[in-house]
Amino acid sequence: MRDEALTGGFADAPVEAARAFRAALSALARPGRIETIGGAAAPAPVSEAAATLLLTLCDGETPLYLAPSHDSPALREWIAFHIGAPLTDRAGAAFALGTWEALAPLDTFARGTSDYPDRSTTLIVEVPRLAPEGKRLTGPGIETEARLNLPEVAAFRANRAGFPLGWDFFFTAGTALAALPRSTVVEDA
Amino acid sequence: MYVAVKGGERAIDNAHAWLAEERRGDRGVAELSVPQIREQLALAVNRVMAEGSLYDPDLAALAIKQARGDMIEAIFLIRAYRTTLPRFGTSRPVNTGAMVCDRRISATFKDVPGGQVLGPTFDYTHRLIDFALAAEGEPPRAAEAQAQAGEMPRVTDYLNLDGLIQPEPEDDETPPDMTRAPMEYPAGRALRLQALTRGDEGFVLGMAYSTQRGYAKNHPFVGELRIGTVAVEVDIPELGFAVEIGEVVLTECETVNQFTGSKTEPAQFTRGYGLVFGQSERKAISMALVDRALRWQELGEDNLGAPAQDEEFVLSHADNIQATGFLEHIKLPHYVDFQSELELVRRLRAEARASQEREAAE
Amino acid sequence: MSPTIQDHAARKRWMGLLAKAPPARLSALVEALGPTPGFTWLRAPEVGGVMMQGRMGGTGGRFNLGETTVTRCALRLDSGEVGHAYVRGRDKDHATRAALVDALMQTPRAGAVEAAVLTPLEAEAEAAKAARAGKAAATRVDFFTMVRGED
Repeated sequence: MRDEALTGGFADAPVEAARAFRAALSALARPGRIETIGGAAAPAPVSEAAATLLLTLCDGETPLYLAPSHDSPALREWIAFHIGAPLTDRAGAAFALGTWEALAPLDTFARGTSDYPDRSTTLIVEVPRLAPEGKRLTGPGIETEARLNLPEVAAFRANRAGFPLGWDFFFTAGTALAALPRSTVVEDA
Repeated sequence: MYVAVKGGERAIDNAHAWLAEERRGDRGVAELSVPQIREQLALAVNRVMAEGSLYDPDLAALAIKQARGDMIEAIFLIRAYRTTLPRFGTSRPVNTGAMVCDRRISATFKDVPGGQVLGPTFDYTHRLIDFALAAEGEPPRAAEAQAQAGEMPRVTDYLNLDGLIQPEPEDDETPPDMTRAPMEYPAGRALRLQALTRGDEGFVLGMAYSTQRGYAKNHPFVGELRIGTVAVEVDIPELGFAVEIGEVVLTECETVNQFTGSKTEPAQFTRGYGLVFGQSERKAISMALVDRALRWQELGEDNLGAPAQDEEFVLSHADNIQATGFLEHIKLPHYVDFQSELELVRRLRAEARASQEREAAE
Repeated sequence: MSPTIQDHAARKRWMGLLAKAPPARLSALVEALGPTPGFTWLRAPEVGGVMMQGRMGGTGGRFNLGETTVTRCALRLDSGEVGHAYVRGRDKDHATRAALVDALMQTPRAGAVEAAVLTPLEAEAEAAKAARAGKAAATRVDFFTMVRGED
């Protein structure tokens, strides 16, 4: 196992993981709000926010799908040491990591069942930057409306239409984190 | 009317302090240490590990001390602790065939290779209280003999050779885990075995006994009972190979059951299986009997309507922590619930009285 | 057998030996090694659980038997070698010493560490196992025939 795989974990795991978890919760509870998280370093091209999220949310019991944009031997080794998450295909994934383009088509990911809507894939989407501008977000957790530079509208509208089934999204860029739960309505500006 | 009240904090704090004092008992008597419990009450420790579903003798011994010897309370403490542990992985299936046996007996074959090894058993004691134990003093050392080289093959392997027993072919499908996903019925044998091995010893024993007394009779022989040490091997993803992380003591029981054949299966022997943490042979035998009774469907037997054949009944009631949680909660305040029932009963009585008076007046 | 698999077999053996060692004994043997090199944590000792599995009938399909506590850690010696440990139980010092010895076994001191730590541990484990097997053997039943049925 290469050296790079053994470094980049949390220096103070309980505190850093709790902080990141809180940020992830806030991001999901307030769709569109941009949080800052960090503390982890995974092999390129994984952003600091995405690496931190992986360390915080994933473990040996959360099958993870790496989209072609991110799949590499170095990242696989890093995940093996720090997380132990089994790597899987799209259909079996609890979490998926990649760029928006690499994660498409989304309907290959699990959307949950009516008995267990939670058995769906949570997608961690790496984007070049996150800014509170662009698409209009409304729904639970948003007082009036929020703005986020989402890559498109159609996929999120379709996702909302299937509620309570559907995917939840995290978007990561550098140390920035935003989230879009399946309950949010997304419209063009 | 609904009145929210709070209070009792001081009373609860004082109750806890008194509990701690009562736990200690007479301070003129030496305090029990955790290693003393682990070493000298080992079978209690085993039971707490088995039903707590966590192998850690020191922790189980501490739980017994904290629970003042209340086994279910100790098991509860272990279960609660267990939920706080991040799961690092899953072991390779333990190889009980390679067990280093302290005890190994067969009730079906006298001259089984490896022999009948009694081990440290109560079986041939007279169940007379030994007053000598009330006095201090060390027991004499156990005798040693030259150990025979060679394995202790499974008894059922012999029946297997002639096709006289239903085979148990290796299968590496990932089993469901009741500690991670809610129970769904039909549960299947893997889930049943998990539920039984952590089930309440008294409940599983009672169920097993019911099958012996004729409720879903399946005439078991203890083909083999073995108690001993096995290594626990875990695949380490960062190393790319498996390592032994330690050893555990297990009790394994395999029953051989007469089976006259069914619509789908020829006449042969069938198996019931028990595997339990620690030296826990009563539990392991009970588990094997109940496992066998629950297999009626896959073996094409008739459903006799016996409790031990009812998977949902057995699995829903085998867990003593679930059971005691639901049972004991009814002693906690239900003032509002009861108030509403009281009002209902009063109203019904008043209505009945009124209608009687009306009838009398008419 | 390729060299890698041989290396694995050797490392597997010592990691298992270290995990199964009585903690106090391992502590004494590591102490006796004298000053050990400095190291940094790649993963500080942490306690978790491993789900143990059994097989139906001892040989068939898998089922979940219950968990065990386990402590793991990973460290890197100042000289660069990485040591890992996975040890049943909750003893962080035991895991630390096991990882330290695992790392030392990859250095030029391997021969000395083998002789001072692993060889005695292995011999003592064998002796303990033999003593227990001896007690078990003493409880082995010797049947002898009293009467035979046929004339």
